[in-house]
Amino acid sequence: MAKTSSAPKQGGAKKSLNDTSLLMLITVVVFVVMYLGAMLILKGGFLKPQAFLNLFNDNASLIILSCGMSLVMITGGIDISVGGVTALVCMCCAVYLDKMGGNVAVSALLALAIGLGFGLVQGFLVAYLEIQPFIVTLAGMFFAKGMTTIVNSEPFNVAHEGFKALSGTRVNVPGMGTVNKLGEYVNAYVEIGVVVALVVVILMFCMLRWTKFGRSFYAVGGNSQSALMLGINVKRTKFMSHLLCGLLAGVGGFVYFLHVASCAPSHASGAEMNAIASSIIGGTLLTGGVGNIVGTMFGVLSLSTIKNIVSSAGLGEAWWTGITTAAMLCLFLVIQSVVMSVRKKKQLGVK
Amino acid sequence: MGTNKVSKSKEGSLLSRMTRNQMFIPLAALAALLLFNLILDPSSFAITMDENSAGNPVLSGFLINILDNGSELAILAIGMTLVTAASGGQDISVGAAIAISGSVLLRVLCGSNTRPETLQAPILVAFLVAFVVAMLFGAFNGVLVAVFRIQPMVATLILYTAGRSIASWVNNNELPIIGEPSFGYFGGFIPGIPVPTPIFIAILCLVAIWLVLKFTNLRLYTQSVGINENSAKLNGLNPTFIKILSFVILGACVGVAALIKVSRLATINYGVIAKDIEMDAILAVALGGNALSGGKFNMAASVVGAYVIQCLTTTLYKFKVPSTALPAYKAVVVILLVVLSSPVVRAKLSALAPQAKRKEAA
Repeated sequence: MAKTSSAPKQGGAKKSLNDTSLLMLITVVVFVVMYLGAMLILKGGFLKPQAFLNLFNDNASLIILSCGMSLVMITGGIDISVGGVTALVCMCCAVYLDKMGGNVAVSALLALAIGLGFGLVQGFLVAYLEIQPFIVTLAGMFFAKGMTTIVNSEPFNVAHEGFKALSGTRVNVPGMGTVNKLGEYVNAYVEIGVVVALVVVILMFCMLRWTKFGRSFYAVGGNSQSALMLGINVKRTKFMSHLLCGLLAGVGGFVYFLHVASCAPSHASGAEMNAIASSIIGGTLLTGGVGNIVGTMFGVLSLSTIKNIVSSAGLGEAWWTGITTAAMLCLFLVIQSVVMSVRKKKQLGVK
Repeated sequence: MGTNKVSKSKEGSLLSRMTRNQMFIPLAALAALLLFNLILDPSSFAITMDENSAGNPVLSGFLINILDNGSELAILAIGMTLVTAASGGQDISVGAAIAISGSVLLRVLCGSNTRPETLQAPILVAFLVAFVVAMLFGAFNGVLVAVFRIQPMVATLILYTAGRSIASWVNNNELPIIGEPSFGYFGGFIPGIPVPTPIFIAILCLVAIWLVLKFTNLRLYTQSVGINENSAKLNGLNPTFIKILSFVILGACVGVAALIKVSRLATINYGVIAKDIEMDAILAVALGGNALSGGKFNMAASVVGAYVIQCLTTTLYKFKVPSTALPAYKAVVVILLVVLSSPVVRAKLSALAPQAKRKEAA
């Protein structure tokens, strides 16, 4: 594995992309084509730079959640508790800020602690007690959702001053402003959560790409037996993947909380499925061993773009979103499966 | 039980043999839950004769309630076990598929009018149409899994995402209501018979699958495909067909469960009907001690697992746990069960047992 991936780099010859990059490339190309197509055909909102940035504003938390999901999926596991953890984080932070008069920094720590707690327990159960990750994290999701309503079952908006200030903080993006109808120059902005999301993406990308620790994720997911023989601590790697996913669920939960500034038991319902779908569209295989964080980010953006296209194309009825999302997922899965099987046949043919 | 008598002479092996049996965990869990109920509220086990709203004498009580409401789950557990065994993955779209199938059923019964005076089609015809639709969606999942080699959870994620949308599209987002009392028989009571009909339907399905497993090669073929697809292929089996077949059987189970669900309500709520039932069905399979990675399966253990989950749900409702907080308690119990049944913990426990004995001897 190591030989094939390093050989083209040294030789400079583009012999072949590895599976991870190829699947990511498909996603990036589809996203760009889709967005350009929307700009040309539908025009309207798609031409505004702010509309593009809003893709990030609306999906910052989903990007973070999907990053964690990709990590777990690369090691061959799955975590379906992230949506529940997001809801629990929102509820706990909101109750802490508004009803107990806490401060913002502590609430952020609280969010991290909740995520870390879930990651610890789930990681331990999956890695060291060898229970199937699906069952463990399913129970995690149930627990988080149930706890959310036990903490507080009434949805409310957060009125905490300091929090509102942070939640409303806008980071101006230079060079992307527009002139509005009154002739004033309006800066394009991103929310603070987007900055967090981008930092997470870069950190995770670097970790997976260049550190020994990150590469062991691929080794464990690709073939845990040979990883074990190579001297990688498989159990610890699996544990760490769940721990990181839990931690990122905490971060994502807080970013979600910043974005919506409210809490409700129904928050982020279905987020786990969106995160899984985004990871898959971004080229992560559920069987493990293949995946890329940048691809995952584009997976989130693609999913969100298709929803925007559907709603601006006049298909307003609620059911169209569900159906088109599913159709797109189906398309990507079939493309992936065809591409992978063609490549497998080629490889076998060469041998 | 003959084994109990035989092994009285050597008690050490009795315990280990019992705990090693796949049926042990689900049965023990069921017994523990029932015992818990019995201690806290013995009166709840009484089965009484009440009158339902139609004025017929019907049986009611805690146990009847579990058997009645657990029917759909038990039926789904049958199909889910087969899918798990054959494909090594789970179908997460059953709840959404129930919504579609139920929606089709109502659409055929009602025609274009959402409040029909008389049914537009016989119930049997409507059921068959919905049944076939459910099997077609099962086949769709099966083709994605078997032909395109997509992991089952991901392949069924498609229908999970689209299912409830499709269901509301089938009826133009309207909510048909069936006034005809005979439609309610499937989810309620047939006049003159005091036992809830879903129990009969569940028994019918269980007997059917028992006969199929006994007299056909389905069990052998499914397990071989699940254990090693390539060697199954070399032995002349068609893994693609077996996998699709398992999904179609699950589709059939979905069709039956949808009939019961819709009949209970006499209407449908696209967003809520059979919500999270896929999770319960997968849990049932896991509680039954079946490997979620496929291969060997024990159908009876899955079905008992389904009733364990229903028993847990009903127990929690009885203790006035709000339905939204229910999942938290469920999760704790589930984690306890899977931790106890995990191979690592079991190995540790069985290593502890002889040590304790040696200490006693010393």
